[in-house]
Amino acid sequence: MSRTFLGLPRRLSRPDDGAPPAGADGSSEQPFGPVPHPQAPLRWGDAFPVAAHRTLQDAQLRRNLGHATQVIRAKRAAVVDEVPDWEALRDAGSALKERVMAELPELLQRLEENVTARGGVVHWARDAAEANRIVTEIARAKGADEVVKVKSMATQEIGLNEHLAAEGIAAIETDLAELIVQLADDMPSHILVPAIHRNRTEIRDIFLARMGDAPPDLSDVPRELAMAARAHLRRKFLSAKVAVSGANFGVASTGTLAVVESEGNGRMCLTLPETLVTVMGIEKLVPDFEDLEVFMQLLPRSSTGERMNPYTSLWTGVTPGDGPSEFHLVLLDNGRTDVLADEVGRAALHCIRCSACLNVCPVYERVGGHAYGSVYPGPIGAILTPQLTASTGGVSGHGDVNAALPYASTLCGACYEVCPVKIDIPSILVDLRAREVDADRSRNGVDPWAAAMKAASWVMSDGGRFGLAGRAATLAHGLGGRDGVISVAPPPASAWTRTRDLPAPPSQTFRQWWAKEHETPRTPEEER
Amino acid sequence: MRIALAATCIADTMFPGAPRATVRLLERLGHEVVFPRAQACCGQMHVNTGYFDEAVPVVRNHVETFAPVADGEWDAVVIPSGSCTGSVRHQQAMVCRRAGLDELAATAEAVAAKTYELSELLVDVLGVTDVGAWFPHRVTYHPTCHSLRMLHVGDRPLRLLRAVEDIDLVELPAAESCCGFGGTFALKNADTSAAMLADKTAHVRATGAAVVTAGDMSCLMHIGGGLSRQRAGVGTLHLAEILASTRAEPTALPPARRAATEVAR
Amino acid sequence: MTDARTEVLSRVGAALGRPGSGTTPAGKVGAAPRDVVVPRGYRAAGEHVAGSPEVLEQLVDRLVDYKAHVQQVAEADLPATVARLVRGLSAGRAVVVAPHGIDPGWLAGLGDEVAVREDSPASPLPATELDAVDAVLTAARVACSETGTIVLDGQPDQGRRAISLVPDVHVCVVRTAQVVQTVPEAVRLLGAHPERPLTWISGPSATSDIELDRVEGVHGPRTLHVLLVG
Repeated sequence: MSRTFLGLPRRLSRPDDGAPPAGADGSSEQPFGPVPHPQAPLRWGDAFPVAAHRTLQDAQLRRNLGHATQVIRAKRAAVVDEVPDWEALRDAGSALKERVMAELPELLQRLEENVTARGGVVHWARDAAEANRIVTEIARAKGADEVVKVKSMATQEIGLNEHLAAEGIAAIETDLAELIVQLADDMPSHILVPAIHRNRTEIRDIFLARMGDAPPDLSDVPRELAMAARAHLRRKFLSAKVAVSGANFGVASTGTLAVVESEGNGRMCLTLPETLVTVMGIEKLVPDFEDLEVFMQLLPRSSTGERMNPYTSLWTGVTPGDGPSEFHLVLLDNGRTDVLADEVGRAALHCIRCSACLNVCPVYERVGGHAYGSVYPGPIGAILTPQLTASTGGVSGHGDVNAALPYASTLCGACYEVCPVKIDIPSILVDLRAREVDADRSRNGVDPWAAAMKAASWVMSDGGRFGLAGRAATLAHGLGGRDGVISVAPPPASAWTRTRDLPAPPSQTFRQWWAKEHETPRTPEEER
Repeated sequence: MRIALAATCIADTMFPGAPRATVRLLERLGHEVVFPRAQACCGQMHVNTGYFDEAVPVVRNHVETFAPVADGEWDAVVIPSGSCTGSVRHQQAMVCRRAGLDELAATAEAVAAKTYELSELLVDVLGVTDVGAWFPHRVTYHPTCHSLRMLHVGDRPLRLLRAVEDIDLVELPAAESCCGFGGTFALKNADTSAAMLADKTAHVRATGAAVVTAGDMSCLMHIGGGLSRQRAGVGTLHLAEILASTRAEPTALPPARRAATEVAR
Repeated sequence: MTDARTEVLSRVGAALGRPGSGTTPAGKVGAAPRDVVVPRGYRAAGEHVAGSPEVLEQLVDRLVDYKAHVQQVAEADLPATVARLVRGLSAGRAVVVAPHGIDPGWLAGLGDEVAVREDSPASPLPATELDAVDAVLTAARVACSETGTIVLDGQPDQGRRAISLVPDVHVCVVRTAQVVQTVPEAVRLLGAHPERPLTWISGPSATSDIELDRVEGVHGPRTLHVLLVG
């Protein structure tokens, strides 16, 4: 794969982002050339262990992520601690989302009715291609060759920007982190802060090389970088005809949609252009307006570690004289109904995209988001991505790279502990592992893991057999030498001994000791 | 009390010091310990790796072995492991139900209701925090993930350790961060596991402790394996081994591969 | 071929194990979920009443934490305070935009040094003109002290959403009686008119996108003045 700016994979062409053509960073590469997008948003790159092996070697990435996740963990913990009824809010949030799933057909139709009654147009999209087509047709009908975008996971997931680019329409990301990712021809590595893998100096370099109108004396002070983005995007906001957003919540009983943001780029997009297109996953509903009182407490504190995010916009259809005169809502399936069909895994759809699970995950902290090969990285990505891609492989798809994702966790439980809607991610991970194992049972060929597990099951389901196995192991006691440790072992234990010693088995198992110390002489049968 | 010991498969065969210390400790506190010989393993490894079918006979063996606790033959089952206790409480019945074994699931739940991790048993059931132990060394405590987040043992282990005479208990930085073991994770994602372990051992070494302790031998095997490879001169002991230590019968400092310079001396 | 709407709804039905729904794209039929009762054990209201000194103190604390500027102002002093804030914003004659329904008394102290542009849904100022004004003055619907949030609901004293967005300085007048303690109190009040376009504002615009460090001032107003009146 060709690599471009700052060592990242080359990505896509964009018709116009106000940047000069290729090579502004002094390189001879042509980062904006007509390179087909080599990657699917929910399945790119190598399987997790291989991708992680690579990202773990990036010392800069490790430092950036370590710093950022520590900052956000401390902030989240502080603002969560000051809420006396946090657990009650989590209980309510969890149950509300469970209710949404149970009543989804009715709630979707209510939302549609209410949005339509208030002058909005509701579209339904079975998959990414259909959603992309709908958005493209709307933009084209408005004569727009450029749309401004609010950061949205749904449009990341369907690869909307790449599709629009191919159709000659430039999608301009206006969220600061998305802008950084877009300018660098990069892929997102975090749900909330897609450029979390970049530090301030790298961001300064990206702006200088790619923004086109960045001040030449730009420093790496975050405030200056933010000001450069403000200046860069203002013209776009004031002139754009079409905006594309996602939605954090859709209220079924009123048709109200909500976008939660910080910078004001969301408000710009939702308010100034004449036409607004919102792409929303079908799971993002809440039943009633009052339910926002739960989620608007859970989300900001879990997400950015703030008591409240700077801006939240709520709108219901079209308001004459205020904001866009045309509003389209695209309701997206794209694999969600496959997730919903799984009795255990469907809880992954409760996710409100706060990213708290990423920020506390010890695996994510080390490997970063790109190792997951999906726009949904981290613990939630490890349960969501393989399920969303079930119809084209995913979990249970033998050999699919996404099938490795449920194993990308130590099951330490930190994610479950912070999840504002109490998604039991560890249990779902284990369930998906079982799904994977079961799917492979019907396959031919010998899987060494399966063989080992079968053998272990036989030994470990009987005290007598297990006692014998333990006694046999004590014969290896001498392997440890004088130190009592094994430092080099054959595969698969070599994966262990590469970085860790293994103690040699003891000269006496516990049950041998017990028999000697605590038991009266036994019959030959018991002696076994 | 009559307390049945589930030694755990890994400690039975690899780290017998932990269950032996559990026995010594509980007997010293005046309780009767029994070791049902039919026991082998709780099934956690199979479950966490996704081999539910293979887990069923393992779980069945555990549940049937310890079923007498539900009938009152013993007062409690103790497991010197947070993750095995967690598996008993949160996984065994699920695995049985998935296999259509509702009756076994019900028995599993009844057994789980009387099964305790060691620090839970001591503090909650036996009502003791000062177990009369003596351990005159610098110790740091790693709260294993399943003790911390699945069982919510909280500060029980630390309360027990603080009451140990002459112990020099020092706080472990970033204590709540996973050591990277994760069962088969350590093999399937060995690189990531090693990266996590590197941070954990660095934090352990920063404490200057002679011993790192925890409530799970599996995590200690991992941390200890890293420390040993680094020749850090820090050993591992199970919480039970420190609590079992007395002036009359002290637990020796564990063997720790010394730093190269020390070896040279 | 069935239309997308029918098919998506049918898939959802299949996923929930409803009869006659076919399967999901991966060929699955799900189990029917259990009935859910939503536990509402969280606080529906705070311990302090709207506009009480405790609530006001908390609101000020939160807003200052967000780097907003807050003053408590007597009703009689409001025109002078507004004038003082706006006057210095431009080397020449400052321009302030105000929604058509604003209390004219609030503008009474501005005098000739400040030009006032009126905006309304019927005669809206173009965004490019809003970009050239120095400040906007609005009222608010409700404020929440625990989170330091002020909500505008587009009524004539608050105006179109664009006017409180494009200008770089937002002067927002909040009546003390409008300040409630908790989010549920605010949401329930807003729930009387959920169809109104709502803007929740918690400090000036900000970003945490660079190393998760918070920086105030991005696309929305970089300066927020809150005048607590009453």
